[in-house]
Amino acid sequence: MGKVIKVENLSKAYQLGDFGTGTISRDLERYWARFRGKEDPFLKIGEINDRTSKGASDIVWSLKDINFDIEQSDAVGIIGRNGAGKSTLLKILSRVTSPTSGSVKIKGRIASLLEVGTGFHPELTGGENIYLNGAILGMRKAEIKRKFDEIVNFAGVERYIDTPVKRYSSGMYVRLAFAVAAHLESEILIVDEVLAVGDAEFQKKCLGKMGDVSKSEGRTVLFVSHNMAAVKTLCNRAIVLANGQLAYDNKQLEAVSFYQANNNTKSSFEHTGNMEDAPGNQHIRVLKFIIRSLEGESISISSGLSFEITFFNQKAGINLDSTFELKNSDEIPVFHNGALISTNNDSKRGLYTVKGIIPAYLLNAGNYTFKLIFGENQRYLLYGADDFIGFEVENETKGSNSHLAPGVICPKLDYTVSYHE
Amino acid sequence: MTEPEDYWDLEIKSSGSLFDLKLKDVWQYRDLLLLLVRRDFVSFYKQTLLGPLWFFVQPVITIMVYNLIFSNLAGIKTDGIPGPLFYLAGTIIWNYFADCLTKTSTVFKDNSAMLGKVYFPRLIMPLSVVFSNLIRFGVQFILFIMLLLYYLLAGYPIAPNACLLLFPVLILMIAALGLGFGMIISAATTKYRDLAFVVSFGVPLLMYTTTVIYPLSEVVKKYDNYSWLIKFNPLTAVIETCRFGFLGKGSFSWDLLLYSGIFTLVILFTGVIVFNKVEKTFVDTV
Repeated sequence: MGKVIKVENLSKAYQLGDFGTGTISRDLERYWARFRGKEDPFLKIGEINDRTSKGASDIVWSLKDINFDIEQSDAVGIIGRNGAGKSTLLKILSRVTSPTSGSVKIKGRIASLLEVGTGFHPELTGGENIYLNGAILGMRKAEIKRKFDEIVNFAGVERYIDTPVKRYSSGMYVRLAFAVAAHLESEILIVDEVLAVGDAEFQKKCLGKMGDVSKSEGRTVLFVSHNMAAVKTLCNRAIVLANGQLAYDNKQLEAVSFYQANNNTKSSFEHTGNMEDAPGNQHIRVLKFIIRSLEGESISISSGLSFEITFFNQKAGINLDSTFELKNSDEIPVFHNGALISTNNDSKRGLYTVKGIIPAYLLNAGNYTFKLIFGENQRYLLYGADDFIGFEVENETKGSNSHLAPGVICPKLDYTVSYHE
Repeated sequence: MTEPEDYWDLEIKSSGSLFDLKLKDVWQYRDLLLLLVRRDFVSFYKQTLLGPLWFFVQPVITIMVYNLIFSNLAGIKTDGIPGPLFYLAGTIIWNYFADCLTKTSTVFKDNSAMLGKVYFPRLIMPLSVVFSNLIRFGVQFILFIMLLLYYLLAGYPIAPNACLLLFPVLILMIAALGLGFGMIISAATTKYRDLAFVVSFGVPLLMYTTTVIYPLSEVVKKYDNYSWLIKFNPLTAVIETCRFGFLGKGSFSWDLLLYSGIFTLVILFTGVIVFNKVEKTFVDTV
């Protein structure tokens, strides 16, 4: 086993904003600096990529000084929040774009699946598109011919193979596209969340195929996903990216929990200062969101918890509602539940506080995040915020079992036991 | 592993050599080139009744209009060659050039979705444009040959001659010119789109700066002092030589042809280099 990918000091800068007449003078300045053999003056002032805070410059480092190696037949998960640099890393690895500095060294053929069905032409038949798409992904014609039946079989579209793909259902389209990609013969395979397609049966098939690729065929797989469950089952190692930097690189389970623990550090939020700067928009400003245990200091399965939100409402005379969507760390929604604040078109402009209680023995141990949605007439969105706040429910020992019980919820059920002779 | 530990098949860095054209990669992907050409050809006439016959319709109608307006109405002489034949020779060559140029110049923009997701040698894309249009040109050329035979049998004074042997070279020059100019424009428009507007109205106008609807001899006769302007256009020598070879009328000069040849090589070379430089990061700005 040797190293098949070696990433050294990899960085990539992007320019924010629009390109227009304003940017050309700066472009000329940069060309002039490079022409004289000097360093690009605008890259020096680049900032790390934190999309939530407004920075001073409009050059941003999407990736900054990334270093790692990947061994042959590793299955590596790449995880991180939106905008952490995952896709940029994949784009550089699959040679779609070049890095600003640093290098990547690769051994063997590399195939990337940043999207399925790239280059599919709607007017061509399924069969013709298999050849075209295969060639775009780097297969030779003879190779595709050899695997043609296998691909059609895997996709399960025999009957439609001579029909233009524009007549396909979107599910069939995606199945055909994934089938071509799955039959690529390359030493390294890069996959970007393409598994979020198709019906449950097909998703299972895809995950199975990906597992085969790394485990039994000895190929290297790089897998980017927000689906922690999939990363856990597929990968033996994971890399966490945060703001364009390498935050963690280790065995997948540890990395996944590192990511989940750091995904949301805040478990209480209180805004101080001007109300105009509080999170929200012209309709709603969120001033406070606090999560407390109902019993004792920490939140555990048996303690239950309360959540309390204080916000300023600008829109008077409407039917206002605030909805809370709770997701666990595998991004599975646990519930989506709303409090109707006014039902007779009589909302008032001013401060509201909504308090909710999640009883004990409902949530299983783990990390959770709240998504906030404010709506009008339970139909129009006034303001919404993903991952607004997070909290952890601690595990507790049950009898002699101290392991985390599987499952999304952890109810306390009544059992009656009787013995029959 | 027999390979030493520090051997790598591929190294991705911020900038490579300007002259590294990765022609080996292009050769590896030759099947893709063929399939793209096939896609363009097949998708052109899918769901039509006349099918590939549509390739004929455009030039036929064009030469009918030209014959009516420029020959009959405006009375521009055609060197004694029957109008339709004269115009068809100029039009199909001009169309080949114009199609190569306009399609190549938007190649990054049109295919950004595909190019942003998968790597393959980017040169494949403009090459596929040139080859697809070559097929189209070939079909229209058959139409030209049929028309030529008709007029020959009808006894018109048309005399094909040895200059015909230059024909493959001339076609290569047209393709290279269209490809070269197109690649320069495509590279220049990835960040600032201004030039794309110039192309959309400029290319049809450019047709009048070369000898598509008039022969060079007429220009020399009427505006001898300014005929260098027309000769300056590298396409003029190509079109004139073609007409001379097939029809026996027109002007033929090795000097002019040599000038066109050098011009073409310079443009093609510049185009490939500029394209090669831009293709690495165009995804970020297009």
